[in-house]
Amino acid sequence: MITAGLVEALTGIVGARHVRTAPAERLTYARDGLPTHRRVPAVVVLPGSRDELVAVVRLLAAHDVPFVPRGAGTGLSGGALADGAAVLLVLTRLNRILSLDPANRVAVVEPGVVNVRLSAAAAPHGLYYAPDPSSQTACTIGGNVAENAGGPHCLKYGVTAQHVLALEVVLADGRIAQLGSPGGEPWGPDMVGLFVGSEGNFGIATRIAVRLLPLPRAVRTLLAAFASLRAAGEAVSAVIASGIVPVYAAGYPRDAAAVLLVELDGRSDEAVAAETATVQELLAAHGAASIRVAADQRERERLWQGRKKAFGAMGRLSSDLVVQDAVVPRSALPEVLETIGRIAAAYQLTVSNVFHAGDGNLHPNISFDARVPGLRTRVDAASTAIMEACVAAGGTITGEHGVGLDKLRYMPLIFDAESLSAMRAVRRVWDPEERVNPGKVVPVHACREWVGAAPRAAGPGSAQRTRVGAADPGAAPRASWEDVPA
Amino acid sequence: MSLLDRVRALLGDDAVEIAGGAGAVPRVAPASPDAVALLLGTAREEGWRVRLEGAGTWLPADAPADLALTTRRLDRVPAVEPQDLSATAEAGIGCDLLRQQLADHGTWLALDPPGLAGRTLGSVVATATAGPLRHGFGAVRDHILGVTFVTGDGRLVQSGGRVVKNVAGYDLTKLEAGGFGAFGVIVLVHLRLRALPRADQTFVLEGTREDLTQLAEDVAAAGLQPAALELMSPALARREGWVLAVRLAGSAALVAAEEAGLRGASGGRFTALRAEEAHGFWMRAAESFATRPITFRTGGLPDSSDELLDLLQHQVGDEWVSASPGVGAIRWAGETTVDRLRRLRRTLAGLEVPLTLERAPWSVRSAVGHFGAYREGVGPLVAGLRRTFDPGEAFVVAVEGSD
Repeated sequence: MITAGLVEALTGIVGARHVRTAPAERLTYARDGLPTHRRVPAVVVLPGSRDELVAVVRLLAAHDVPFVPRGAGTGLSGGALADGAAVLLVLTRLNRILSLDPANRVAVVEPGVVNVRLSAAAAPHGLYYAPDPSSQTACTIGGNVAENAGGPHCLKYGVTAQHVLALEVVLADGRIAQLGSPGGEPWGPDMVGLFVGSEGNFGIATRIAVRLLPLPRAVRTLLAAFASLRAAGEAVSAVIASGIVPVYAAGYPRDAAAVLLVELDGRSDEAVAAETATVQELLAAHGAASIRVAADQRERERLWQGRKKAFGAMGRLSSDLVVQDAVVPRSALPEVLETIGRIAAAYQLTVSNVFHAGDGNLHPNISFDARVPGLRTRVDAASTAIMEACVAAGGTITGEHGVGLDKLRYMPLIFDAESLSAMRAVRRVWDPEERVNPGKVVPVHACREWVGAAPRAAGPGSAQRTRVGAADPGAAPRASWEDVPA
Repeated sequence: MSLLDRVRALLGDDAVEIAGGAGAVPRVAPASPDAVALLLGTAREEGWRVRLEGAGTWLPADAPADLALTTRRLDRVPAVEPQDLSATAEAGIGCDLLRQQLADHGTWLALDPPGLAGRTLGSVVATATAGPLRHGFGAVRDHILGVTFVTGDGRLVQSGGRVVKNVAGYDLTKLEAGGFGAFGVIVLVHLRLRALPRADQTFVLEGTREDLTQLAEDVAAAGLQPAALELMSPALARREGWVLAVRLAGSAALVAAEEAGLRGASGGRFTALRAEEAHGFWMRAAESFATRPITFRTGGLPDSSDELLDLLQHQVGDEWVSASPGVGAIRWAGETTVDRLRRLRRTLAGLEVPLTLERAPWSVRSAVGHFGAYREGVGPLVAGLRRTFDPGEAFVVAVEGSD
């Protein structure tokens, strides 16, 4: 329980300025980047150092109080929200780059370091940090670790998990664990790999060692126009199958047609130029109506603007926006995009698709006005229909935003009860009381008992798995639009 | 009912490959993931101790157990999707057979694990044994999109998925890749593939370890990004001196540009191998690791590679060594004692460098353990994960040693 005595003790650790209890102050932290979830934390604490953070976690453990770690709050899954029973630990003051070792291309940072700041610090050494989520000017590396963040560069260079070498973490009970090794070789089982993407449920990373990459010396950007999203999707598949891995390939609609942005990079200008020529041929062969290649940096930025502004443009369509994050096999993209079009028409909604064409990650975004009676229910139903179509195509429910609160209800679409229970059991190894970021990622009611209750074997070839579908009433959590009435 | 009778009743007569007798352990080969689950569920009830096997070419089949579970009948490749650059394969498929099937579709799994060509995919994933291609394409885990595995008490669990980008739920795949079977038997693997490289060239240079180490640094400093940059001991490379081998793979344009860069960085001293020579060179080096009794891997920061090689030379010899200095990874093979391995692990731990025992006779494995000398706070987590995935301690895996 959060008592006045606890608040006083927290103040004793971090100072009165960094413990926020006034309603107006706590309201600031009621949402993350997703407007559709709202929870007001009981107390907000901003530790100023690793030692303060550890002391706070130990104090909360002693009082048996749940807590939620939060970086810049740019997440898109409601994952960094705490309710009235929990303390929100905001880590933005832990923002030091502890070391930068150009010879080994390694940096060690605190969790609150803003993503783009690390690349800026590495740039004078000809290096950069590859994962670059679109919120990179604000989001923190700690948040990136929790969410296993991606970004445009991840198609070629891999997501956050592939760039984290070692972690120091503080567990729910205040113990410290040193995961991995400074060179990136796992020490024992791959605990770093397991921790990255655990959405704050396993503990808080207090020190993060990451790999840096050499800045590419040559970059080419192409913009191709297609008559349809389907044609654009097929063209991307052809490029990837050719063995050329673009840094990025994004599609977005424009004037009832589709635009495809492709970027290539490398060490040698000749090689990148030659690969660009091959890509141009492939795009033309797959029906590109026009192809522009940026000749210089200014033109490159101009080509990128359309993509970067795609979300902003959608926001202007209406007052409210649902952001989806499904992934489908790349080859299924054209089919799924058409299915989404049909769903939008059936529900009479505006759905705009921005997609990472290279890896099949698509963001069907539904713009709507929440003040219209009954519209939210319709949007919710359409969202579920879209998600089911993506899963049916062999895909998954989230490619880079995480499950958080927002996608809890979809988890049983892709994992059976046994697999969800296994996840929960692993979480309880790190956090037996499920006190860190409670209620996120794994829909607990869809799990079955784990320890000592393995299902009774039935016979050869029989499926032991119990499929928990969305239709199962036990699997459907309460509608999660608003956890607290606004 | 005897163990064999029970297994036959559960899985059918043809699931029992070797009936045992005269000191040998019965070997059971379930034909489906569900059959594996059934067998392990029964093992849990009966208290059977189970050792895991693939094709039997990597880890010696010598762990004391009531039965051996081999994945070799799980050898199907349900899907190869060249358009998506992904595939789904059962764990018991031999890497050589898988490679052929992938190549038929113009695709490639960028892994070149140590051992014989017929090693199973499950063995490579469970032991996380990446080869020289780790320089350009990363660790084993970077090629795995998802796995299905069976726990020690017979639960069938899926993790990850079959799409290339996925953050739904905790990534249990990472625990299975490199878990040495302690956290479950991998039965199905979803793989991330690459297009078969249009150009694939290997260059070698013989010299002293010192010179070649410097050259490897120069190559890295020039910004070259080869598929492999491997420093190999003379015995391993089958040459008089140490060898630095560079493999370039990708589009013709990329390989041509990298080759020019390599010439610039080395003063044109490398010799190109013909395609069949290159194939033989890499294959022989990989196979050599299956011919020595003990193999381990270690790895630190790239600039500590030379110091680590000195340490190995001093403590356990460096006759059979292969190192990727660009990523700081080293694989060692040879003969040594339990005491020397323990001492080496302690010394390395003092340098914040882990030692993972990959392959050894049971007498050494059980004494040294695949893992050990954990850093702060890790031991209890590993123990908790083992209890979670193998509550009855059915799997005979030497996760940690006996010291």
